[in-house]
Amino acid sequence: MKQIKSIFSLLNNNELRGYLFQAIALLAIVLLSYIAIDNLFINIEARSIHTGFSFLDNRAGFDINESIIYYTPESSNLRVFYVGLLNTIVVAIVGIFFATIIGLLIGIARLSNNYLISKLAGGYIELFRNIPILLQILFWYNLSLIIFPHPRKSFEFFDAIFINRRGFYVPKPIAEDGFLFVVVALIIAIIGVIAMKKHFKKKHEKTGIYTSTFLYSTLLIIGLPALVYFIMGAPLHLDYPALKGFNFKGGMVFSPEFTALAFALSVYTATYIAEAIRSGIEAVDKGQKEAAAAIGLTQVQSLKLVVLPQALRVAIPPTINQYLNLTKNSSLATAIGYPELMSAFGGTVLNQVGQAVEILGMTMLVYLVISLIISLVLNLVNKKMSIKGK
Amino acid sequence: MATYEQNSPKKPPITQIGVVRWLRHNLFSSWINTALTLLAVYMLYIVLPPLLDWMIISANFNFGTVDILGYKIEFSEVMATNDNCGRAAACWPYIYEKIYMFTYGFYPREESWRPDIVFWLTFGLFVAIKLVSNYKHKNLVILVLLVLYPIASFVLISGGSFGLVLVETHQWGGLMLTLVIASVGIAVSFPIGVLLALGRQSELKAINFISTIFIEFIRAVPLITILFMASFVLPLFFTESMDFDKLLRALIGIALFQAAYFAEVIRGGLQAIPKGQYEAADALGLNYFKKNALIILPQALKISIPNIVGSSISLFKDTTLVLIIGLMDMLAMVNMTSNDPYWLGRETEGFVFVTMVMWVILYTMSSYSKKLEKRFNTEHTN
Repeated sequence: MKQIKSIFSLLNNNELRGYLFQAIALLAIVLLSYIAIDNLFINIEARSIHTGFSFLDNRAGFDINESIIYYTPESSNLRVFYVGLLNTIVVAIVGIFFATIIGLLIGIARLSNNYLISKLAGGYIELFRNIPILLQILFWYNLSLIIFPHPRKSFEFFDAIFINRRGFYVPKPIAEDGFLFVVVALIIAIIGVIAMKKHFKKKHEKTGIYTSTFLYSTLLIIGLPALVYFIMGAPLHLDYPALKGFNFKGGMVFSPEFTALAFALSVYTATYIAEAIRSGIEAVDKGQKEAAAAIGLTQVQSLKLVVLPQALRVAIPPTINQYLNLTKNSSLATAIGYPELMSAFGGTVLNQVGQAVEILGMTMLVYLVISLIISLVLNLVNKKMSIKGK
Repeated sequence: MATYEQNSPKKPPITQIGVVRWLRHNLFSSWINTALTLLAVYMLYIVLPPLLDWMIISANFNFGTVDILGYKIEFSEVMATNDNCGRAAACWPYIYEKIYMFTYGFYPREESWRPDIVFWLTFGLFVAIKLVSNYKHKNLVILVLLVLYPIASFVLISGGSFGLVLVETHQWGGLMLTLVIASVGIAVSFPIGVLLALGRQSELKAINFISTIFIEFIRAVPLITILFMASFVLPLFFTESMDFDKLLRALIGIALFQAAYFAEVIRGGLQAIPKGQYEAADALGLNYFKKNALIILPQALKISIPNIVGSSISLFKDTTLVLIIGLMDMLAMVNMTSNDPYWLGRETEGFVFVTMVMWVILYTMSSYSKKLEKRFNTEHTN
């Protein structure tokens, strides 16, 4: 009797009780997953679905009209995976680029003294933020199919850019031998500018004489590559799109799917970036600006040295989070059929092969890795930007 | 003796008062500002007139005779058809004709009073909770209401008992389905989110680890992959005898997804609670359950309310994704109704209509959340 009592009294020991709870929780999870996985195998066998990753080597058998790398219907399913992954990355980069620009503009406009501009920016944010992104993607896609003309009646700009129902056609730059030297020149110019800035900064700190490097940097970055470009005999030519028969040939084409997706993602994500920028700038204490003015910094210096570094510390982390959201939202291309990862691999290949566990697992893993990379970047940025000595 | 009379004060210069002053200060204070103003006016000029023209001025409003609460209002003699509606501007009779589909999907027309009742019941629930807030046994009453309401709603919408005709879930659709998914999603995911948040804050290593992995995994992947998992893989985890409804699968996916987001929001609230509160609860000798239920969670949830509303808004936006796995929400109805041979090619009107409905709902919710944020934000702002 006494022994039983002492066993129960063990339950009052916090540490022991903790172990007990954890053991029960772990046991329950292991048991549940065992049952689930057991069922999974029984069901897979009953429906005669293959298992394993051998399907990756099989012939895909369907065509993808947008791919950076070489692809034919004869290519393997693994190739589809790469095509989709690359398309996801492309649309994410394009989306992030434009979302950042629009977001910066709108965020700054929101704080403008100009009543109309500020209200317009506010209206933009309230309008596009409160419409589900999928709805926006579908809307722009359908609209582009309706309002853009047939290839023969394309909208033309300077005989080089054509817009019609099949997409946006722009000239394609083609590099020839020697173009590499231009790239090298650009890199040398950038290194030169950095070295120059360092030198003048040191001089500034030593002697207090400030030298503006803006003019020299611009000259160096534009001038040096341009010089090399002409010395090498202009080793770059543009391949213009031209109407041949019923469709355009040559040039670079952005399909309506890609354009609608990138446009909707940028416009939607920009509203969040704008809010991040705005709250960043607003977070800088008024006293900071006044202090900057009091020690005699000019408006530009105050912005560059005092306001922006503090504003960015607040604005950048949520902005990076929005980049991740944009990348995840690019998976909604499934609804309009732009062949990115989720649409081409998680959709079409899944329909043909039927191995949902493997295919969706691989797809999820990719997004997991992308988000891990982005949070690593975020941590690095946070570490770099954190207030030192605090 | 000379008398001095005070001159009547000079009027301020016209440029310093009234509209002119406001304009000078806000729109034309410098040449850059003037240029920006002109740019803004030009942008408005490009966008607004064509939009208004398409939506209202040139649009077709020939609804025929409309019966609003017993008053008969004649818009036109007969309702417009797709052919005589015109293509250059919006054809709103299409929306009028299809409004039932946009609201209820394929729900049988003669049964549509049932979702209507549920809609009013929801209002009734909020009113009732407000009314009993001073009543002695209010917790009991609210608990009973909160248990009864979902049961009653489910019985009413789904039917199959109490003499109600069974309406299967594939007939549910439109705005009704969106609301069902959003409200069930929030209601189910919230308690799971609380548990996950507590789990992630727990000192028990295994529980902490499991919660963290779950939350981080779900937050790293897009909702659409989870919905695909729920519709393709989830049924495989159960024995053949269990039949999974398509809607139920979507709901499970959405609930798990949302739970992870709620968990992070609530964890934020938990972290904001001063350590002293935990220690005080321990000092009082409260056990884990009582400590959280009576001391920690009430405070943590209160701080997190604005973010919980914000997260719920995202969920409402995300419900549109069920379209991709073949559920017939309002967005799906656009394609559905414009495939009707009598109303071919009216997607734009459909999208604009759905956009307006969604925007009004979401804007109302986000304004409300901003108001809450202001009310809960007692910090001094500069």
